[in-house]
Amino acid sequence: MRAPTFQHMPSSTLFWGVVAIVTAFVVVGFASAHHMESAGHWVTGMNNRVVWGVPHVFAVFLIVSASGALNAASLASVFGRETYKPLSRLSALMAITLLVGGLTVLVLDLGRPDRLIVAMTHYNFRSIFAWNIFLYTGFIVVVVVYLWMMFEPRMNRFVGRLGTTAFAWRLILTTGTGSIFAFLAAREAFDSAVLAPMFIAMSLSFGTALTLILSALIFSIRGDGLPTALMLNLRQLLGYFVIAVAFFVIVDHLTRLYGAEHHSLERFILLDGGIYPMLFWIGQILLGTILPAVILMQRRYKTLATTIAAALLVLVGAFCQLYVLIIGGQAFPIDIVPGFSETSGFFDGVIAEYHPSLAEFGLGMGGVGLALLTYLIATRVLAFLPTSGFDSGPSS
Amino acid sequence: MSCKPMKKDESVSLAQHRRTFFTQAAAGVSLMALAPGVRLVELAMANSEDSLPSNDKRWGLLVDTAKCESGCDECVSACNSEHGLSGHGRPETDAQWIRKVDLKDEQTGHELSIPILCQHCEDPPCVDVCPTGASFRRADGIVLVDKHTCIGCRYCMMACPFQARSFIHEDLTGQKTHSPRGKGTVESCTLCVHRIDEDQEPACVEACREAGHDALVFGDLEDAAGPLASLSSKTATRELRPDLKLNTGVRYTSF
Amino acid sequence: MRVKVINLDRTSIASLITLSLIFLLITGAAVADVVTPEVPMGRGAQCVEPIEIMRRDHFEFIKHQRDQTVYHGIRGSKHSLAGCIDCHASKGTEGEFLPINAEGQFCQTCHTYAAVKIDCFTCHATVPD
Ligand code: SF4
Repeated sequence: MRAPTFQHMPSSTLFWGVVAIVTAFVVVGFASAHHMESAGHWVTGMNNRVVWGVPHVFAVFLIVSASGALNAASLASVFGRETYKPLSRLSALMAITLLVGGLTVLVLDLGRPDRLIVAMTHYNFRSIFAWNIFLYTGFIVVVVVYLWMMFEPRMNRFVGRLGTTAFAWRLILTTGTGSIFAFLAAREAFDSAVLAPMFIAMSLSFGTALTLILSALIFSIRGDGLPTALMLNLRQLLGYFVIAVAFFVIVDHLTRLYGAEHHSLERFILLDGGIYPMLFWIGQILLGTILPAVILMQRRYKTLATTIAAALLVLVGAFCQLYVLIIGGQAFPIDIVPGFSETSGFFDGVIAEYHPSLAEFGLGMGGVGLALLTYLIATRVLAFLPTSGFDSGPSS
Repeated sequence: MSCKPMKKDESVSLAQHRRTFFTQAAAGVSLMALAPGVRLVELAMANSEDSLPSNDKRWGLLVDTAKCESGCDECVSACNSEHGLSGHGRPETDAQWIRKVDLKDEQTGHELSIPILCQHCEDPPCVDVCPTGASFRRADGIVLVDKHTCIGCRYCMMACPFQARSFIHEDLTGQKTHSPRGKGTVESCTLCVHRIDEDQEPACVEACREAGHDALVFGDLEDAAGPLASLSSKTATRELRPDLKLNTGVRYTSF
Repeated sequence: MRVKVINLDRTSIASLITLSLIFLLITGAAVADVVTPEVPMGRGAQCVEPIEIMRRDHFEFIKHQRDQTVYHGIRGSKHSLAGCIDCHASKGTEGEFLPINAEGQFCQTCHTYAAVKIDCFTCHATVPD
């Protein structure tokens, strides 16, 4: 196969229109963050029981997807699938911008974001959170170098090696992100061994879905047709990843249902926890797993439109899954004195209330906007886009 | 109740010990020489040698649940006024360092009421997870937040098995001099460290005694002759969430 | 491109020097004119350290003391922030203490002048107990 060539994103009204829209998201994001910081977190739905809310759902989504976004590049340079090579630059770019978007949300949600410098100068090496700071910044460095080797012809021969490093790094990174939750032994919902592998599966699935959606976006903006064959290839892969996530979700619940001690947690998530079972069954399982799995695995739905629809459904499922996991896991009361029922004026033994505020969604969307904005702008600055005609399949 | 010596927290250097010793010796001599009534704030307030946190001590609390009365919240109000914790009418986000919880045995139906506060664990999960090291355990076992380095990530609140921590959700004014606290950081029971450093017991313990209940006993867990050891030799003590093996500094008896 | 060499003769050097002298005089006068902050006096005869040292290093002292207090429980020593406030808080017309970080009060006056934001009083008491 001949080596793909690359070009800059041409300037067009459509391009700048999309840039304007995502910039608006970024503005809303920073305004929300400013509102939360100046008033204090009481203006959000987060409280002393549900301490991490919607911003964290967005942040974890973006961070997990960032590692999965590298799929196309890894396939090309680690697994030798030359077909994906034209997408490898975009794929690495996506990994960086999604991570930056996610980290920005995380930082802006801190009680003291002005002390970011403290987080960079004081480390507690027993904290998985502190390790993640290194994993995240290290990932960005590795991917930047990886990109440079892709861009610089003299360095091309190292792409494979760097690709392998980046691949290993992203696996560790996702495990690290999963461990933020998995290490919380105090909380039943997170205290699980499948959480880390589940996060890896999630990253593959969310990242591939985003690759499909962002490819559709960026190539429609350029206007020379979509790389249909390539995207239909990814379609099948996404199907497998969706099923992999479902597998870990089932294992997770089955292991809990096996022993009696977690039955009330399972009842809460699966049956009578109000919004959480609803999000689980309708959002995560029906819309986010069964529907896309059917669409993606059935040959007769093998069109670009259904593929994009399935990818969007996967993202809906992703949000529901993270919401149930992160927020549902906190809403469920901790049994502080096993064997006793607890009541107090301070929300012991009851389901914690959480009503997310608009500002939280604003901040989260701001992170998504920031990721998209940097992604778009970068395609203008450097030659990230494969020149059209790289795709061997029929163009639509 | 055993407690292995905590090497990692040995933060007071020998030189410092020596230096403080001399200052204090000097302080003692000059105080004796001075006529009573002379106000020498600095000297009077300086710590005595044995009030410096050291790891041959481990401060703790023993809650005698038989004496703790349901419906009584003297300890809670004492804590609130000692540290200036005033609510904002939003219970979900208001600070709560100590709270009263009513328990009911699911088997026997036996009911009791206990205060729950930071358990000052020997292996505190909040300290393990804190990315900046702001959550720390003082040499004498008191678990604290250094609010100068807390970034407000709330990971410690995720990790605490007792939900003993509060995040400050709004701007504050009128804080107490001895209890600095402010928006965007996490806080929890300090075991009234400012009082302990001046050889006084925590405010909740004092209030409980003054209310005639005497359900809270403060002391050094390492001191074989102290009140905690003698009490726990008479009855079995219990820690909350024993499954997590945290070796808590707050213990409960008679249940 | 040709570089133009400026040739200075004696008269131009002399006039340059004169000009600079005049300039220095003017700015010197201006410096003398600069409004220095009017800081309220503290109570007591003198500060815990010479004023020159306090101006430059007060934050180092406070910061050192803060770690001594937080980690080692050493309280009430002479470099504590509470000590600063005890001496330097002034009283209003009703005899009530004014917050030390209020406009025109001890900490804020200098910090407004130097345009350095203080972060102490997000948490710390601003008046004596
Ligand atoms: S909120 Fe503060 S004390 Fe708690 S883990 Fe984060 S930095 Fe540490």
